Amino acid sequence: MSKHGTKGPRERGIELLSVTMAIVLWQLVADLVVNNKFILPSFTDVLFAFIRIIEGGILFTDLAISLLHFGIGILSALLIGIPIGVAMGWFKIVNRALDPLIEIIRPIPPLAWIPFAIVWFGLTHTSAGFVVFVGAVFPVIINTFDGFKSVPKVYVEAAKVLGCMSSGSLIRYVALPSALPSIASGIRISMGVGWMCLVAAEMFGVSTNGLGYKIWWHYYLHQMDFVLVYMLILGFLGLFIDRLFRWYVDGQLLKWRAGVVV
Amino acid sequence: MGEVKVSGISVAFEKEEGESTLALDNVDLEIKDKEFVCFIGPSGCGKTTLLRTIAGLEMPDKGQITLDGGDITIPDSTRGMVFQEYSLFPWRTVIQNITFGPQMKGISKNKTLEVAEKYLKLVGLEQFRNSYPYELSGGMRQRVAIARALANEPKVLLMDEPFGALDAQTRNTLQKELLQVWAKYQITIVFVTHSVDEAVFLADKIVVMSARPGRIKKVINVDLPRPRERTSSEANELRNQLLKMLAEERRN
Ligand SMILES: Nc1ncnc2c1ncn2[C@@H]1O[C@H](COP(=O)(O)OP(=O)(O)O)[C@@H](O)[C@H]1O
Ligand SMILES: [Mg+2]
Repeated sequence: MSKHGTKGPRERGIELLSVTMAIVLWQLVADLVVNNKFILPSFTDVLFAFIRIIEGGILFTDLAISLLHFGIGILSALLIGIPIGVAMGWFKIVNRALDPLIEIIRPIPPLAWIPFAIVWFGLTHTSAGFVVFVGAVFPVIINTFDGFKSVPKVYVEAAKVLGCMSSGSLIRYVALPSALPSIASGIRISMGVGWMCLVAAEMFGVSTNGLGYKIWWHYYLHQMDFVLVYMLILGFLGLFIDRLFRWYVDGQLLKWRAGVVV
Repeated sequence: MGEVKVSGISVAFEKEEGESTLALDNVDLEIKDKEFVCFIGPSGCGKTTLLRTIAGLEMPDKGQITLDGGDITIPDSTRGMVFQEYSLFPWRTVIQNITFGPQMKGISKNKTLEVAEKYLKLVGLEQFRNSYPYELSGGMRQRVAIARALANEPKVLLMDEPFGALDAQTRNTLQKELLQVWAKYQITIVFVTHSVDEAVFLADKIVVMSARPGRIKKVINVDLPRPRERTSSEANELRNQLLKMLAEERRN
């Protein structure tokens, strides 16, 4: 990649070639070697399945439901994770108190929470959102905390001599903006983890829609071409969300950082 | 008014295991209103510590500092400070950095901007109004830092080797500009430097400090006429006197 992340026509050409080659190889292997639609659907199988899904008109609902689950999880992770990270980073005593708890809870895989999600929230969208939340909240807490820990002392002191005295103002006007790059990269990690939790979160039937749910549904029907379509949609959508977030953060929120990489 | 009285100040820093460094030992100093005072001394002699204690960023273990008779215990906007390292908020543009102080005072947005524009103009950076600090050179950053401190209209401006990281030419220019600002706004300036040339060019009063523990070795009143000639024979004589004192300190 060149210096500013823009690609020349030459690099674009190579990328296009590589993707095309992979598709051709896939098609050949599926048709000539495997020759079993159940074990490996070919590229054209997947394409036709995709067209059928589009024609069925259900894709939009699946997308909306999945984004709802994802949104509930990520939003609550931010609303809970950022204040916790801030409090831990700013007040030593909060850090002392919460750190052991977090260290104990964090290694529990998010999917292990599914039984409790069902017991607590029933078969609801909130329940699926909760599983996403468990996966997403720790990167937010930890990166917010790290960002606050590494606020340069000189900014805090400069603010103090300019009359910014209370903890509240110092957090709002100095620590938070200074920690923003770290928080943003935490959010980015948490969106990645949350997205991965989505398939499992929709597996236990909180709704009869959702991209993750559809993977299981078609699997039970032995329609592996449809399974693959939904897998690819999840992949592309995840990529799109990540790109959108980076564009917003780099281009709008963190303009003040030269050559920032979240 | 901006009259600072330092009486019997001692500051110690805890090292590990109960040991401590005595950075300032029983320092007395009087700084008159509108005076330009320079602190000079070998590195590690407590110049920064003394300045920070006047700012309220360091609590003295003993003694008292007053500004116009009132005790100084915590930082507030009566003393502005320009730090040795670059301290502009990188997430704020130049103009937003300058408005920071007035904004904290709760002054209305329009008034805040009006004040900020005035000081932006004073340091001659109008065309960098909406730039971010990373887009500025070192000299421009320190100019903005000065404007930011002045926008709060402090009685005393504390400066810790503000031009230390700049090249000689930029430093000379900024020294001249600083003197103009000082003449125009009639505030007290306390300026830390390790450069004898700088002290001789700027100060009404030079405070020579001795190292470990930090004490005041000598206070020299400089009555060279302003504007000063850097190369005049009186300036040379004073420079030699100072250099001799500093060399003596280094030997101890
Ligand atoms: N925050 C601190 N913690 C521990 N020791 C310090 C601290 N600040 C300064 N000192 C010590 O106090 C002495 C004076 O430092 P300083 O005031 O920075 O000197 P100067 O500015 O004259 O170079 C030095 O010995 C330094 O190591
Ligand atoms: Mg120093």
